[in-house]
Amino acid sequence: MLHALSLWLFCLGLWLLLSGLFDNPLLLSFGALSCTLVVFVAWRVEQVDPEEQPLRLRFGPQLILYWPWLLRQVVLANIDVARRILDPKLPISPALIQLKPSQRSELGRVIYANSITLTPGTVTTSLSGDSLEVHALTREGADALLAGGMDRRVAGLERGNP
Amino acid sequence: MAWLIDGLSWLALLGGVFFMIVGGVGLLRMPDFYTRLHAASITDTLGAGLILLGLMLQGGWTLVSAKLLLILLFLWFTSPTATHALVKAALSDPENPRPLLHEDAPSSKS
Repeated sequence: MLHALSLWLFCLGLWLLLSGLFDNPLLLSFGALSCTLVVFVAWRVEQVDPEEQPLRLRFGPQLILYWPWLLRQVVLANIDVARRILDPKLPISPALIQLKPSQRSELGRVIYANSITLTPGTVTTSLSGDSLEVHALTREGADALLAGGMDRRVAGLERGNP
Repeated sequence: MAWLIDGLSWLALLGGVFFMIVGGVGLLRMPDFYTRLHAASITDTLGAGLILLGLMLQGGWTLVSAKLLLILLFLWFTSPTATHALVKAALSDPENPRPLLHEDAPSSKS
């Protein structure tokens, strides 16, 4: 029940944000009705494929700190890869590496893998069980991942709730 | 104040265009499929990000900016997933050469 309510509120918030209509009762009730329909369909599908509550926070306030850090890494990596592309010698040393992620939950590992892919110069090629395969454009990028700074940060995100 | 916002917006838009072009150049210069992916990821992180930031500065504190922020958020959540799907497809193709392994990769680390 709580799940349905939070999903409904989430949908209504998104509907209000995207439509920008706050003063027409007829359209507002249509919006609320369509959200109810979405919740009904989600409830029917739930029996096949259970999902998370959209408004339940899995991670603590560390996530607010993680995003700016990730943004900084993405910007730095962008500048590095752009410089290599514009270099006439094209100084790259592509390689595949294996990583052992230390996150316990599946969501934590997915956040780690997606963070790696989002950063230019490193792409997660496969994530299976407790092993992660990454393609890196440069030796420096590969070594930075093997040093495990990002891994520790993502693992730190889930330390609060095991 | 308005000229400052306008100037920052132009700076962000031009920066975004620069990174888009660099990503395109990289796509042409890189030797194989996997390295091209890295060049392409420049366009959809900083390239698209800076252009959307520039547009948000033009929009100000309005619903338009909120929608632009949502676009950026969705883009940054979905593009790694799309990249991952591309890599999976490339790796499963037997005619596509597998990239080299990093020789000093540790066997276990936690």
